[in-house]
Amino acid sequence: MKFLTTNFIQCAVKGCQSSDSSFPLKYEECELVAETQEFKPEFLVHMLEKINWSALVQVARDLGNDNLPTEKPELDPIMEDDVLILKDLHNLLVETNILNGKMICNNCGHIYFIKNSIPNFLLPPHLCN
Amino acid sequence: MSIPEIPEDITPVNQEQNFVHDVYNDIASHFSQTRYKPWPIVEKFLMGQKDYSIGIDVGCGNGKYLGVNPNLFMIGTDRSEGLIECAHGLNSNYNVGISDGLSLPHPNNKFDFAISIAVIHHFSTPERRIEAIQHILSKVKSGGEALIYCWALEQETSRRGYKEGDDQDILVPWVLQDKKKKEKKEPKRRRKLAKDQASESVEEQKPEEPVETPVPKPEPVTKYRYYHLYKEGELPSNAEDAGAVVVDKGYERDNWWVIIRKP
Repeated sequence: MKFLTTNFIQCAVKGCQSSDSSFPLKYEECELVAETQEFKPEFLVHMLEKINWSALVQVARDLGNDNLPTEKPELDPIMEDDVLILKDLHNLLVETNILNGKMICNNCGHIYFIKNSIPNFLLPPHLCN
Repeated sequence: MSIPEIPEDITPVNQEQNFVHDVYNDIASHFSQTRYKPWPIVEKFLMGQKDYSIGIDVGCGNGKYLGVNPNLFMIGTDRSEGLIECAHGLNSNYNVGISDGLSLPHPNNKFDFAISIAVIHHFSTPERRIEAIQHILSKVKSGGEALIYCWALEQETSRRGYKEGDDQDILVPWVLQDKKKKEKKEPKRRRKLAKDQASESVEEQKPEEPVETPVPKPEPVTKYRYYHLYKEGELPSNAEDAGAVVVDKGYERDNWWVIIRKP
């Protein structure tokens, strides 16, 4: 599961859908792998517009990366300095994969697992409604 | 071959477990091999999305729609672990997860668009089908669109031949040549034998050599999937009951489809 995906998933429990604390999930015991991917600066710049930056910073911290700025950067793929930052972001968002690990809801405490890069959000019957 | 009946006293959840979820896991790899060609309307919908839009594919199966438009960011989920493994195996770049369509793991009001192709017809009551559409829509932004496909009752010219007036809630057979299952059912003796003949079985796998195997070819296994066959007008009506605005609708390859908008 790509790091970028963490910005678009949250707890699947009905009661958590509208809770602010069910997004992002808390990531624990994660095994990361890097997978080389084509660098698409335009794609990244547009993804940045959609990204919830504070959630991204929080998940990065869960995974041991404290280097992200607190404010969302405004980047222009034509500027050389910005391209360097975009490459870093590409490396983090697109090339970093969570191979195995746990995702925990900060609202209800439910634990979801990622196995072989696939997150599993199926709920036990008592949490389905 | 007589088709079994849906047990009358079965709960909707158990019906979907026994006649949808379990079956897709059993037939996943065979099913996936038959699902590679995108349907034209779906392709058109995906290609028509604005560049760099974000979307979800609810019930993505083996992920055949996740890579249609490389300028989109899509996340696909499916209730079947087996099919999601197929998707991941076909392209490790697909963003996929295992999830129930009524409990999607996404923030509300987040996505530019959604698709759900040949999925809603597996929910076993009208209430659950409407809830499923509602739930998909809850993940889309206001003004965002979703494309939904369901199998049609009116498909007289198809191989199955279902038509107006037929029962809409049916079990549909899937014939499976399931070698793995067969092996599992065989007791230890055979497995031990197989182990002893390990070198031979490697040879057997060479495709150019005609295989003379002492093991009889396994009998095909038939699995039954539950479907609600949609009749004309029913899908738009379900979508409106779910609070959507119907933008476009039509019929393609034995299926009814709607494009709906979140108000």
